[in-house]
This record gives sequence, C-alpha cells and structure tokens, in this order.
Amino acid sequence: MAPHDLRRPFKRPAISDQQRRRELALLRQAQQRSDSHNRARRLASSLLSLPAADQPPSSPEPILEDQPIQIEPASPEPEPEAPEAAPTRDLNAVQASKLKGLEARRWFARQLMLPEWMIDVPPHLDRDWYVFARPAGKRCFVVSSNGTTVSRLRNGSVLHQFPSLLPNGSRRKDLSGPAHSYCILDCIFHEPDQTYYVIDMVCWRGYSLYDCTAEFRFFWLNSKLAETGACNPPAVHHKYRFSVIPIYDCDHTGLQAAYTGTVPYVKDGLLFYNKHAHYQTGNTPLALVWKDVFSSQYFLDTDSTGQVPAQQQVVLELQDDGKLTTSDDPPVVFGCMDGEFLHKSNLRSGNLLRFAVRDESVRLHDGKLEILDLQFVAKSNRSRAFADSYSKVFFQYAARHSPLRIEDLIASIQPNLGDNSKTTDVDMDG
Amino acid sequence: MEVTQILLNAQSVDGSIRKHAEESLKQFQEQNIPAFLLSLSSELANNEKPVDSRKLAGLILKNALDAKEQHRKNELVQRWLSLDIGVKAQIKAYLLQTLSSPVPDARSTASQVIAKIAGIELPQKQWPELIGSLLSNVHQLQPHVKQATLETLGYLCEEVSPQVVDQDQVNKILTAVVQGMNASEGSTDVRLAATRALYNALGFAQANFSNDMERDYIMRVVCEATLSPVVKIRQAAFECLVAISSTYYEKLASYMQDIFNITAKAVREDEEPVALQAIEFWSSICDEEIDILDDYGGDFTADSDVPCFYFIKQALPALVPMLLEMLLKQEEDQDQDEGAWNLAMAGGTCLGLVARTVGDDVVPLVMPFIEENLIKPDWRQREAATYAFGSILEGPSPDKLIPIVNVALNFMLSALMKDPNNHVKDTTAWTLGRIFEFLHGSTMETRIITKENCQQILTVLLQSMKDDPNVAEKACGALYFLAQGYEDVGLASPLSPYFQEIIQALLTVTHREDAGESRLRTAAYETLNEVVRCSTDETAPIVMQLVPVIMMELHQTLEAQKLSSDEREKQNELQGLLCGCLQVIIQKLGASETTKYAFLQYADQIMDLFLRVFACRNATVHEEAMLAIGALAYATGANFVKYMQGFYPYLEMGLQNFEEYQVCAITVGVVGDLCRALEDKVLPFCDGIMTQLLKDLSSNQLHRSVKPPIFSCFGDIALAIGENFEKYLIYAMPMLQSAAELSAHAASADDEMLEYTNQLRNGILEAYSGILQGFKNSPKTQLLLPYAPHVLQFLDTLYSEKDMDDTVMKTAIGVLGDLADTLGSHAGPLINRSVSSKDFLEECLSSDDHLIKESADWAKLAISRAIAG
Repeated sequence: MAPHDLRRPFKRPAISDQQRRRELALLRQAQQRSDSHNRARRLASSLLSLPAADQPPSSPEPILEDQPIQIEPASPEPEPEAPEAAPTRDLNAVQASKLKGLEARRWFARQLMLPEWMIDVPPHLDRDWYVFARPAGKRCFVVSSNGTTVSRLRNGSVLHQFPSLLPNGSRRKDLSGPAHSYCILDCIFHEPDQTYYVIDMVCWRGYSLYDCTAEFRFFWLNSKLAETGACNPPAVHHKYRFSVIPIYDCDHTGLQAAYTGTVPYVKDGLLFYNKHAHYQTGNTPLALVWKDVFSSQYFLDTDSTGQVPAQQQVVLELQDDGKLTTSDDPPVVFGCMDGEFLHKSNLRSGNLLRFAVRDESVRLHDGKLEILDLQFVAKSNRSRAFADSYSKVFFQYAARHSPLRIEDLIASIQPNLGDNSKTTDVDMDG
Repeated sequence: MEVTQILLNAQSVDGSIRKHAEESLKQFQEQNIPAFLLSLSSELANNEKPVDSRKLAGLILKNALDAKEQHRKNELVQRWLSLDIGVKAQIKAYLLQTLSSPVPDARSTASQVIAKIAGIELPQKQWPELIGSLLSNVHQLQPHVKQATLETLGYLCEEVSPQVVDQDQVNKILTAVVQGMNASEGSTDVRLAATRALYNALGFAQANFSNDMERDYIMRVVCEATLSPVVKIRQAAFECLVAISSTYYEKLASYMQDIFNITAKAVREDEEPVALQAIEFWSSICDEEIDILDDYGGDFTADSDVPCFYFIKQALPALVPMLLEMLLKQEEDQDQDEGAWNLAMAGGTCLGLVARTVGDDVVPLVMPFIEENLIKPDWRQREAATYAFGSILEGPSPDKLIPIVNVALNFMLSALMKDPNNHVKDTTAWTLGRIFEFLHGSTMETRIITKENCQQILTVLLQSMKDDPNVAEKACGALYFLAQGYEDVGLASPLSPYFQEIIQALLTVTHREDAGESRLRTAAYETLNEVVRCSTDETAPIVMQLVPVIMMELHQTLEAQKLSSDEREKQNELQGLLCGCLQVIIQKLGASETTKYAFLQYADQIMDLFLRVFACRNATVHEEAMLAIGALAYATGANFVKYMQGFYPYLEMGLQNFEEYQVCAITVGVVGDLCRALEDKVLPFCDGIMTQLLKDLSSNQLHRSVKPPIFSCFGDIALAIGENFEKYLIYAMPMLQSAAELSAHAASADDEMLEYTNQLRNGILEAYSGILQGFKNSPKTQLLLPYAPHVLQFLDTLYSEKDMDDTVMKTAIGVLGDLADTLGSHAGPLINRSVSSKDFLEECLSSDDHLIKESADWAKLAISRAIAG
C-alpha cells in the first residue's frame, strides 16, 4: 500500500476548455430538445391557425370602401428565431399580428367569440352559467409576442401597440418562458381608466385555451394573469394596466352582485357564459349579452351622433343573389334587394348595408322574428366588420317593445321555480 | 515445460522467449482455467521457487480476478464464482499459507490476491471463515506473519464495502489494526502495515467513531504514530488524519488543538513527504467546511447534515503565517515541471482554500506579507508575495478586494513586463487571470477595468504572450478571463477595438516553435475560443474572417504524410484544437440569423474537412469533429441532408465506440441535433441509427453514463419522424419499460447513484415525451394506448419515491401532459385511475421552479382538455 497521491491542481483553471465545449454543446442540445418539445406541445394544441379554406381571397379586393384601414405596427421587429426553424402553424398567431389591412381585419374579426343577445332565458342559468358585468368600452383582442403587445378591435384594426408585462409583451429579459411564446387575451378597453379588462383568455404562453371550458379558462385567467405583473399600475415597460373582473356563478346572489355590485368600471350590460362551453369563434349561443337601462347606457342602439334613432336600425350583408342576411352561421335572411336598384346604386355583394325598420313591419311568427319591409338608409360605416346578428336584431326589437327584465332573469333562477321539464342540449363542440 | 520456467521466461529480456512464454501461459489459461489458477497459486505458495516466478504467478492470479473495465470485471467475477468449490478451497489455502512465507514479495502479492477473492466472495456470503482465520494470525508471534496479515486486512477493507462485514468482525479488525499501530508493538514493519491498514479500515469505523472511548483511543494511537521515529509511519499516520478529517469531520472538535500542534510541527520541521501530508490535512478541512458552508447557502440557520465547526476560522491566526512561510520554499523550475509538488505549492494551494473558507478574514492576515515581500530583491519573496495575493482573490468579498486590486493592478502589469524572474512573471500573469476571473464581469458593481486601463492591460498581455512558454500560457489564461468578463456586455464590448489585434496575437502564439511546451498552444486556442464566444455583433465580421484561416490550418494538418507515431499524436491533438475552435465559431455565427447565412457559404468545405479528419481515426479528434458537426447540423438545418451520405458511416462508427464512451455519448447527442435539423428527412437513416442505439443499450460494455442520452435520443427521433416511429415501438418500448422499472427505485443512499438514476429517469421520460408528441394527431395514436398504464405507473412510482430532482420532476409532469394531449379522451379515465397524478400535478403547480411550474401548467391544460373531451 503505497502513499496516496495528494497533488492538487496548481495554477490551473478547474475546468478544461474541452470540457466546457462539451458542456456547452450538451446545454445547447438540452435547450433545443426542450424547445422542440415545447413546440410540439404548442403546435398540437393551437387552433390559432389560418385554415386555408376559410381564408378570404386576398386579391382582388372587391369592395372599394374596404381599403386597409389601419396602420402597420410602427416598428416591425425582426423575428428572433429562424422562420424555417419553426413550423408555420406555430407562428400563425404571431404572423397574424403582422397581417395588414383587410386580411388582418378579417382574420382577427374571426377569432373573437361573439355572444348572442339574450332573447330568452336559457335553462339552468344558475347551474351552468357564469355572469359578470361587461365593462363599457371597445372589445379587443390583445396579443403579446416578440417583445410587444398589440391590441386589435373587433374589426381587426390596431387600437394600441405598447409594451406590457404580459409574457413576451415587452423587450425585457423575460426568464419565465421561451422567447417565442405568446399570449392572446379577449379584452375590453375601458377608456376612463385606460385599463384593459380581460374577459377571457384564449392563449397563454403559447398554450391554446380554445378547447378548454369557460370554467377552466376563467380559473386560468384568474390564477395566471396576476403572476405576470400585468395587473400592476402602468410603468415604463407596461403602458396599460390589465385587470380581471369579478365573475359570478349565475345563482341568485351572483346575478344580484353582477347587476348591482360596484365595479371600478362603467357597466355595459351583463355577460353570461356557459361554464362548459369552449372558446368558440364567431357567434355563439353559449355566451350571451343582456342589457337594460339600469345596467347600460347603450341599451338601445345609438347612431353615430349618439342619438337613439326613431326607428330601429339593422345592418345586413348583401349577398350575391341580392339577399340581405345577418352575420349568423348559417345566415338568416331578412329581405332581398331588387336587382335594378343594386345596379344603379353600385352596391356589391359583401357590402354591409344599414336599414331602418318600421315597427309595424316586424312580425313574430312561431317565436321567430320576421321583417316585412326594410328601408335602405346607407352603406354602413366602413369600420364595421359584420352585419348584425339575428339575436341582436331580435333583442333590439324586444328592447323597444317588451324587454327581458332583470326580474325575469331573477325569476328564472328562483329555486322553487326551477323548471326541470326542459332538457338542455348544450352543444359542447368538443 | 514446467510452470516456473514459463513464468521466468515471461520476464526474460529476450523478446522472443518472452513472447513464447506469454503464448504458453495464454494457451494454458484457455485450455484449463481451474488447473491454471491452481498451479499459479501453488507456485506462489512454494517457498522453494524463485521469487520472480512467484511474484508473476500472484500477479497473473490477481488479474484473473479483476479488471478495470466493468464488463470484463463482471465476467471474471462470474468465472471465479463458477469454479469448482474444491479448486477454490485449494487456491485459498495456498494463498493463506503464503502469508507466512519468509519472502516479503510473496506475502505481499498473496495478500492482494486474498483481498480480491474476498471482494468477490464476501458479498455472496462465501468464505465466512476468512476474517476469523486472518485475525487468529495476528496473534502469532512472528512479526512477518503479523505484518502480512495486517496488510491483507488493509487490502480487504479497500476491496470490500463496509456493509458486507458485520459489526462484530469490524470491531475485531479495528482492534487488531489499532493494536498493531500501538507503540508497544515492537516491529516497525508491523506498525507500518497496521497504520496503512487503518487508512483503508477507517471507512468501516462509523460505529466506533461514534463511541467516545473508542474514538479517543483510535485518535490517540494515530496521533502517537505521527511522532514515530520512522518517516514512513509518520507519513502513513498523517494520511490517516487526512482521511479522518474528511470522513469524521464532525467528530474532530476535541482533537483540533492537538492536531494543530502536531501538524504545525510537522509542516515546519519534518521531512517533505510528511510535511506535505500535514498541509493536506488543513486543505482537507477547508474542503469540508467549504462544502458545508455551500450547503448553508449563506443562510446560517439552514439545516445541514453536518454543522460547521469553523475550525479554519479559529486556527486562522496561526495557520496563515505557517502557510505564508511555506510559500517561500519554492523550487527552481517548478513552473516548467508538470509533476512538481512541493511545500510552496501545497502551502499556496491551502492558502487559496483557506481564503475560500473564511472570506474577508484572511485579507488582513495576508496583506502585510504581500506588502513586505513584493519589492524584495530575492525573487522568492516577490513570487511568494504575488502568489499569496493571487491565492486570496477567491473567497473574500469584492468590496474588500477591489480597493486593493485597484492599487495593485498597475504594479502587476509592470511586473509582468519588467520583472527579471520567470517565476515571478508566471505567478504575476496567473494572478492577473485570477483578478479577471473573480473581480471582473457584468455582475460586479465596481469596475476594475475601465476605458483608461483596458488598452494598457491588453498591451501587456499581448506582449507577455511572446514571453517564455510558461509565462505566455498564463497570459493567455488571463486574456481568457478578461474576455469572459465581457460575455454579456451587449453590443459595444470594450474589447471590440482591439479584437483584430487579439485574434492575430493568439494565432501568432499557436504558430510559435515552442508552443508545444507548457501546453501553450492549447491555452492559445482555448483563449481564442473564449474570445470568439464573447464577441459581439460588431466584431462578427472578424470572426467570419477567422473561418477560412482555421479551415486552412486544419487543411494543412491533413496534408502531412508518413508521420511517426509521435508526429501523428501531435497532428491529432492539433486537429482536435482546430475542430474545437471551428465548433465554437459555428455555434457563435450560427446563433444569429445575420451571420448564419454568410457563414453557411463555408459549410460544404468545412464538412469536407471534418470528414477527412474522421478518416484519420483518432478518438479525441473524432470527438471534437463530432461535436463540431452537431453544431454545424444545427446551423445548417434541413440542408444538412446533403452531407448525410458521406457522414453516416462515421456516425455509425461513433455510435459503436463502446471503448471511448465520451465519443459514443457525443455521437448520440449529434443524432439528436440531426433529428432537429433534418426532421422527417432523417427517416432514411433511422433504421441504422435505431439498430445501433438498441445495440448500445443492450451492451454491458457501454459506460452507463451513455444510456440516459440514448433514451432521450429515442424521443428526438420519434419527434422528428412522427408516426414512422411505429416500427421501432416494439423494440424501444420494452427497453424503456424495463429501464423504467429499474430506475423507479434508486434504492441507494449513494448520492452519485441517485444522480445517475435521475439522469436515467429523465432520459426515459424524454423518450416517452418525444414518442407521445411524435404520434400526436396521427391515426396511429392508439398504438400507444397499451403502453399508457405503464407510463402512468412509472410516474406514480417516481412520485411516491420522493427522490426526483427538479429536472426529472419537470420532465415527468410534462409526460403526464403529453399523455393526455396525445391520447385525448382515452387518457382521461387512465389518469383518473392513477394513484397520484393529481397530487403530483398539484405539487408541481405550486413549485418554486418556474420550469416545473410551466410544465405543470401545460399538463393541467392538456388534462383538462382530455377530460372535457
């Protein structure tokens, strides 16, 4: 047993550069493996793609007024990663945020879930639904990616481009996630306090929440948003405050709280969300909007000057065959335009047209609303993306005659009045 | 021919006789292994035979029982165990008999062989009488038998793990050993053998060290042995103290005063081998306290398994002066001598450890020595002062050091230029490197390098690179850390204006005639690599210009013809350095879109060079070129497919390289790079790759550390080729399952084993993750369903074992999400049925580790979707 060698490294760095190279290579590989796992996970779950079939023809643009209406984000930053390194589907949300003009408008317009107007009370309101007071303001889609945050209105036009504390929402070193992750929030921008009230969460750190239930999305929204600091007051890297809003089970107490409770924002009616429904883009009966005079200053539609017109007005889309339809899928036909008039007035299919409706020309038949006579007013404001929905026309009509009152809603959820005879056919769209 | 003669012939100076004898031995061994071993042991035991044949017989016997390589070792163990019991008994009897031989070499050889057999048999509960019969020998009067027996016990303790020997026998062994060390033992040989045996037996003495009386006794005997008149005994006794300091640190408090006195005396007065051990004792205490304080993590209330006794802090006022004295005992030319180790080096190293242990407190004790000696005419004093300064730069706070460094920096720069002594310059350059390593960088609040002195520092370092090789090498090292400090400086690096000049100077160093000395060439390339790694966008064009230069250098190494083996080794080494440099450049330029495309113009030529380097076939080059190719594949992306035909044979070779497992491991990593670069274009090569990987996994020759990355690689492949992985499922899944079962329970308190187990788990989980994600959205998803219960069971077990590290936890919870994501509604009921998925997910969701949390978020989402269906 010889003495043991006790020499220690002398004037030498403890680690060799070769070892360092090995370790750096391993680190790079581990990082890239983790990136590709993340990408696979996200890819798989993202519905936020541009389905080719749905894509509107990008040229030629048939509608003259429909010129691009918004400006390209001021400084389009170069992509931080190689475009070919990431599958294109994955980039679509990010790419879409850079689409221009009509394409962006159409694309974003199609991404929002649009509540129908409540024309009758859905069954099991207390069991299957949430209720919350809708903030008054502009509904918009907020996308944070690549170090910036962009908000877009329902029609796709950019409202703000700004830095925020949302993941990847500003050019800070964000250690909390990969550089290419993005978030998409469904918000209402409330002018008076310059706050984005988040009413739904669509994508979070690149994970799609489209096919999650509202119950889960709201849970996620409430647990994740605050973690980022996005609810903090504005700061250098955070231009606008984000805020969650109180969401209630639509039982007696919840409904009262949403209806009469004090909130920091101006209310614009109530929103009802079915707990089990996924985030479905376009009009859906699984999210409902309801208003009355107490809860909203916009109970009856106003015109561009803010006045309530004497006659109800509707906006309908002109089809190839001259039919005038709502924005529903499938569309509801409310009338037809005369070919000669069309020819003279230079109107074309796809145009959104405003009509006045005389009370006496409306008929309720088997619970369905029919309009016998539409009076053409003008082409609609160019910033509109959609015709009115059937439920909106109905709600506005009812509002003028026999509105659905808060008492009706409350009555429907009185336990003793619970009506179990009707079965709910909730369409899960799963 | 009889065995004796063959054994003697095998040691003949005549090559042909030797070769013939070796052949005969080999033949004998192959024909009849029992007879062969029996005749060797009989030869060893026979006192009539010449010592040389006996020694060789013992040596061959020993080598027939053990090998370095694990798989070979296992084979030999199995072979021994399967021998006829009578033969084994006879061999053992011969060996025990040899312990009484009057021939010391025969005894010593026999004791090693006995220990090897014990190492095989005791864990199998065989040879139970061995220890008893050895212990009975100890009571024999003949000193040489006693000595051989103690030596055997020492070797035995080295070979056998403590768990195998019951406490009663441990007590008896320790009693015998400690009695053998006692001053009352008359024979010096016996005392030396006993002291050396104790060194190995210390690992068995846990229980005894917990008993105050027994520990006191052992410590007293060891301390007495440090005062023995025999140097070798003193040295062995200090070795025991060093071993005790690391094994029983927490039991030392009451002995420290005595030990300090003993070591201080030995350091100052004893012969060098003893003094070195005495210094090592303090270095070892520093190691322990650094580890403990590291565990505390600056939080002194935190629980640590072992409390810190602050021995170094208490000994500081006496310890530091002693170590400073040692610094003055330099040898001439120690900086040129690779193998040198002397009092000055040991003292300086210990001082550095002391500084790391106590931090600020060391500074006032060392500063007067530095100030006094730094400008003395004797080079030893200047060198010692500089070394002392360099030693205390790691540990104390920057607040404490920076004011001193600001004063000293100019002096150091001027000494590096002007000091007439090579050692002083060597240590000065080293000290500058330490200054840059520990006190320069973006995390420092106060900058020691400013716009004003940056140029001066660079001028001195570049000039110093023309000095003697040992000094130039240290100057390169200093530049390495200077560059590293600007790693994340952003766009405008202060080095940018000098970038071209620095690169040129480093290239010039690599071409120096004497660059082979003091590893100067290696240091120059390493520094070049670091300079490239830390370069910024503004200097990217200069890095780009470096590409053809390094390519040309590599090309030149390939031109050389008919090299001697020595020249070939040098060529291989240089190719390794150049491939390493290219790897760093590729990774740098490939990481940014702007530089990547410009760089890729060289891709064809570089790949061609790498393939030619492969053709030279050498492990290190192979490895470096392989690493570089991984980086190239990543930069090239899908276009790499055009090189695959030429590269594939080498890839396969790399995967087959069991012996050099590093090469194999790196090649496995490159397969991952290829999968990510080529995606589904890697498919045509997958049959071959999977075959090799499966072979690797089934091989017991392959180093275990390569297995986890191979599993991860399955995941990479599956992710790249998607449902095409189908045909490999029947091979890969059973392997993953059995590895999962093995790795589910670490079943060992051994940290190293647990770490490996966790690496294995992570590899398996990454494989599951990749496979699940790869099959996503495929109509063949249902093929994975049968495997899902096992995956969930694996996750359950991992959760219940509670010994996952963070990486495993993150990957594991991700797999749960992947399972839900890919199997959709099928996964819901399975997950609901699993024992702990829910708890596991909850735990991960509330983890502090954001990566775990992120994975858990994902899993929660995926599960909620799967359940919502």
